[in-house]
Amino acid sequence: MAEKKMRQIAIYGKGGIGKSTTTQNTVAGLASLGKKVMIIGCDPKADSTRLILHAKAQETVMDKVRELGTVEDLELEDVLKWGYGDVKCVESGGPEPGVGCAGRGVITAINFLEEEGAYTPDLDFVFYDVLGDVVCGGFAMPIRENKAQEIYIVVSGEMMAMYAANNICKGIVKYAASGSVRLAGLICNSRNTDREADLITALASKLGTQMIHFVPRDNQVQRAELRRMTVIEYSPEHKQANEYRELARKIAENEMFVVPTPLEMEELEDLLMEFGIMEVDDEENIGKAENA
Amino acid sequence: MSKTIEGITTERSEKLITETLNEMPEKAQKKRRPHVGANEPEAETCAVKSNRKTIPGVMSARGCAYAGAKGVVWGPIRDMVHVSHGPIGCGFYSWGTRRNLVQGVPGVTSFAMDFTSDFQERDIVYGGDKKLEKLIGEADQLFPLNHGISVLSECPVGLIGDDINAVTKKMEQELGKLVVPCNCEGFRGVSQSLGHHISNDSIRDFVIGKREFEEPSSPYDVALIGDYNIGGDVWAAKPILEEMGLNVKATWTGDGAIEEIAATHQVKLNLIHCYRSMNYMCKVMEEKWGIPWVEYNFFGPTKIAESIRKIAALFDESIQEKAEAVIAKYTPGAQAVIDRYRPRLEGKTAMLFVGGLRPRHTVGAYEDLGIQITGTGYEFAHQDDYDRTSAEMAKGTLIYDDVSEFEFERYVEELKPDLVGSGIKEKYVFQKAGIPFRQMHSWDYSGPYHGYTGFEIFARDIDMAINSPTWKLVKSPF
Repeated sequence: MAEKKMRQIAIYGKGGIGKSTTTQNTVAGLASLGKKVMIIGCDPKADSTRLILHAKAQETVMDKVRELGTVEDLELEDVLKWGYGDVKCVESGGPEPGVGCAGRGVITAINFLEEEGAYTPDLDFVFYDVLGDVVCGGFAMPIRENKAQEIYIVVSGEMMAMYAANNICKGIVKYAASGSVRLAGLICNSRNTDREADLITALASKLGTQMIHFVPRDNQVQRAELRRMTVIEYSPEHKQANEYRELARKIAENEMFVVPTPLEMEELEDLLMEFGIMEVDDEENIGKAENA
Repeated sequence: MSKTIEGITTERSEKLITETLNEMPEKAQKKRRPHVGANEPEAETCAVKSNRKTIPGVMSARGCAYAGAKGVVWGPIRDMVHVSHGPIGCGFYSWGTRRNLVQGVPGVTSFAMDFTSDFQERDIVYGGDKKLEKLIGEADQLFPLNHGISVLSECPVGLIGDDINAVTKKMEQELGKLVVPCNCEGFRGVSQSLGHHISNDSIRDFVIGKREFEEPSSPYDVALIGDYNIGGDVWAAKPILEEMGLNVKATWTGDGAIEEIAATHQVKLNLIHCYRSMNYMCKVMEEKWGIPWVEYNFFGPTKIAESIRKIAALFDESIQEKAEAVIAKYTPGAQAVIDRYRPRLEGKTAMLFVGGLRPRHTVGAYEDLGIQITGTGYEFAHQDDYDRTSAEMAKGTLIYDDVSEFEFERYVEELKPDLVGSGIKEKYVFQKAGIPFRQMHSWDYSGPYHGYTGFEIFARDIDMAINSPTWKLVKSPF
């Protein structure tokens, strides 16, 4: 039997776009396909694993470090939990907003997991669910050399979400030059905006990638979340569960890994105007108030 | 008429500089060239450029802003607890290395110990503010006789944004003592020099004017600024001023007391020795309280006498009479030192490379002993220091700013001085080359070198270095 290769995947996207929900539902989909998965939450809010664990916030790596004083005293079993479908869950944790350095927390946590052997050979996938804005080097830790090779960006048809996706692509280009990290696709988490699928498909093609799946908006996701569950576990027969299983299958079979070609600001604005997201306005009106 | 030294010419120095820099890559040459030159004593401003970022790839002897703050300005204050806020290394390796002596009982009235918040990963991730607050409280509990606490930021504090100013403000109110923040993260600035400036700013913002002297004021109240009591320098300098009839109300910061420093806005005159590290506060006190300041030099009897008269001229006749009496009293002793050592040192040459003051201030002391300085330079001086240097040095002598070890070795190889005076990193290189050396940051575990008593020790040490019979047993490679 050929040796199994662990695929490491990082999920990025604008804050509030639904990264954690999409990641956990997709991971549940992979688990239901019989895959072995680990999720590493790289966000001080520590909400990347609660739908899998049915628990609000587990003990994070950094919480435990703070309690014990040093990383050296920490054991893997203190922070590694098993959830739905035998998914391994870890949260890096970190400070409340405004103090300390959350980015360093991500670096500390991932270093710890590597040193303590959390990346066991039986794993098929490792997912990194990363804080919305890549504000410093710490949040780029998951895409450094020998970590995630595939990046999926969660996006919607809203302007700022697409703007963020394009910025993230710029970051990927930087890391792709020195390593093996590649963009693997855009996941459209629908907000029911006009011609959303077409728009994201067009954006994906300009970025040199694909819209790997269009996840329609469905309140079943929220109903499942109230029970701290993924849709797949809460209602496996529901059509939304099928959507996530479909996304999981596409990711498992995906072979399209590219160095993205981020758009210039004007190009992005042109695209938005083409789809009517941004109104065409005369150059001379730029900076003028409505009643001016 | 400017000084000259036999064999030292502008042409020779320029040729040496060109040949030396030619060994460097073109870009490095271009950047280094403005920092080296042949001295032009008559020029209004020194052509040598300074206070620029060290070029990558060379061995430099510079420190960082934290080093300037902890090592130079704050460390010598005896009755404060000085906290190095950050990982342990900065605190430990700046602990007791500068020989700034203090009086008092360690742990009771003086606190020359290493206090640090000893950062771990968790302090970076969650911030170190709370730990700092706790530390300050504990330090005050353990050492209740301290008169204040300084908090010196190390690099990571500036990156994670710990608000040390908020913590010190709170703790100052809680403890009723001066608790002073100093945002001297090492990465700020091009050398330790910015650390001096930042520390001066901390004194301006959080210390000066917050206390008053208990004794009634007199017209003769002065402060001694920019003497760090290396090897006891303050204790050799202060008595001279006192014998002149002046009241030395505070010493900044060698063997200093923080509450005297905080009351210094009440003195009548500031006397500044190390201009580079403390001119900022002299200017602040001049602008805010109208206190004049005067530079002086207590290295070697010639400069000491000049300085005594310069200071006395700012006071009345009674002080001027006492000043002459001081000079008359100590000159015979100084002359005896010269008579003893000068015949053994006459005609020797020396090259210097030190911090921000001594490369010019010690020239007179060497000359009192018959030694001429053929090259000098600073680690972290600015333009105003170099302008003050030109007049002290002979025409055509080498002036080098932030010299690289490579250049320094080449210059010494060519000019073959009888002594090199520089730092610990240079010491063994030159001694192994068979050249006598004195460590001129710490006075090579000796001192004091200031004042009349210091001059005798200086003369002895220089003679001991140059005329040691050891050198006859070493075969010089050139």
